[in-house]
Amino acid sequence: MKNIFLTAALVTIFAIMLICVFLFANGIPAMKEIGLPEFLLGTDWSPGDVPASFGIYPMILGSISVTLGAVLFGVPIGLLTAVFMAYYCPNGLYKVLKPAVELLAGIPSVVYGFFGLMILVPFVRNLFGGNGNSILTASILLGIMILPTVIGVSESAIRAVPDQYYEGSLALGATHERTVFFTILPAASSGIFTAVVLGIGRAIGETMAVIMVAGNQARMPAGILKGIRTMTANIVLEMGYAADLHRGALIATGVILLLFILFINITFYLLKRRATI
Amino acid sequence: MAKQTSFILKSFVMAATIITFGILLFLIGYILIKGVPYLTPSLFNMSYTSENVSMFPSIINTVLMTLLSLMIAIPFGLFTAIYLVEYAKRGNKLVEIIRLTSETLAGIPSIVYGLFGMLFFVTYLGWGYSILAGSATLSVMILPLIIRTTEEALKSVPDSYREASFGLGAGQLRTVFHIVLPSAVPGILAGVILAIGRIVGETAALIYTAGTVAKLPKDLLSSARTLSVHMYTLSSEGFHTNEAFATAVVLLIIVLLINTVSMVIARKVTKI
Repeated sequence: MKNIFLTAALVTIFAIMLICVFLFANGIPAMKEIGLPEFLLGTDWSPGDVPASFGIYPMILGSISVTLGAVLFGVPIGLLTAVFMAYYCPNGLYKVLKPAVELLAGIPSVVYGFFGLMILVPFVRNLFGGNGNSILTASILLGIMILPTVIGVSESAIRAVPDQYYEGSLALGATHERTVFFTILPAASSGIFTAVVLGIGRAIGETMAVIMVAGNQARMPAGILKGIRTMTANIVLEMGYAADLHRGALIATGVILLLFILFINITFYLLKRRATI
Repeated sequence: MAKQTSFILKSFVMAATIITFGILLFLIGYILIKGVPYLTPSLFNMSYTSENVSMFPSIINTVLMTLLSLMIAIPFGLFTAIYLVEYAKRGNKLVEIIRLTSETLAGIPSIVYGLFGMLFFVTYLGWGYSILAGSATLSVMILPLIIRTTEEALKSVPDSYREASFGLGAGQLRTVFHIVLPSAVPGILAGVILAIGRIVGETAALIYTAGTVAKLPKDLLSSARTLSVHMYTLSSEGFHTNEAFATAVVLLIIVLLINTVSMVIARKVTKI
């Protein structure tokens, strides 16, 4: 029976190997055919042209820009909310707000996307001009979507700081706010950084919500009020009708996305290990 | 001076909190107000037509997809967690590797799962766009979640239970199945419910594995769209915005229910 449990446990390793093998085996030949520098740094994505060109540099920049935007919006708000949850929230209110954060995490990404499409797109259009489908809109929406991750992880990091820090700082005459911001937060910084890394992972992998608000033009970023296409959007939008090298190029886009995520995961793992030592 | 800084910092904290929960309230309120009036009985007709975009087939598909995914993922997840907690020796290198891979799996975005499912289940195994391919993909996706929550549930069972069971002469296997697992059930259940939430909300992993056919499935190899996919198709087509709102209401209600149930169960766990 022990061996059955062991076999089940090995399935996880097997699954991740299978995922890598199938993506790499289908993506790498396409990368070779296009040429790796051309694929990664080419600024033109026109799969329909003769000859077709498959440069995903615009999409890489697209993914990076909306992710950075999401961090810019989501991290300060999330972190400050986490501070509230840990140091300001009365007990009764906490019993309502904690499930509310979980609810925020549970809302499906299509629903977020739809909300973005109906509310954020017109909002950005009326306030800043442009047609509303833009880097800015996608950044705000992704910022909202990473809130529960940032709040949850930073709150537990803040709570993990020993009480003596707080009491010691108060005893030295610092106010509640000064203590929280200049003693507790620095002490929790590695946990907070983990929260940011997890948020980045969530933002860069998000697909459906981004498709619905980012405009999806496959061109170099032209300003925060202009549309952009991310790597994830590229795959979903074109996989339905792609064939041959085009299909290979989309799978190769998935490979690059997977490499980004693996890199983020390794960073996360190293951070966590340093925190436990 | 110190007072002023404190005041400014405090107002930042309050403002951020109001923004966070304000957005949540606004989102829920907006969807409910726009969607509830369109929750007509005809939206729950047995069949989907292009005039009446009934969500009923998608609801049935979602239930099927959820059950099938859980049937695949729970045994593997449960057994893995049992191995990690009950059988593996402390400091075992394999355990370290399994934890690492499970964490990596948890971080992979759903579209990558979708691509993998398309390449492996749909094309390589020849299942085509089908419920089977979709739920196989989803079961890989929820596996890390189930492993982690089950692991935590098993770890929270006090060692004295195991020792007492061994002391009464029960073997390892008997102890696991008759003593440890029953006491860990609420924790495991909370994890399973979270997994249901992920399945119900998933879109990107399903479009190219289960497809988007809006009919009741004939068998496990027929293509079927779940409620989330249904909602995505409605909103991207752009002809049925009101019905999309109504679908969003149903999705929100499901998510609310799932969260409440898992909270109630989790509360029971902490009481013990």
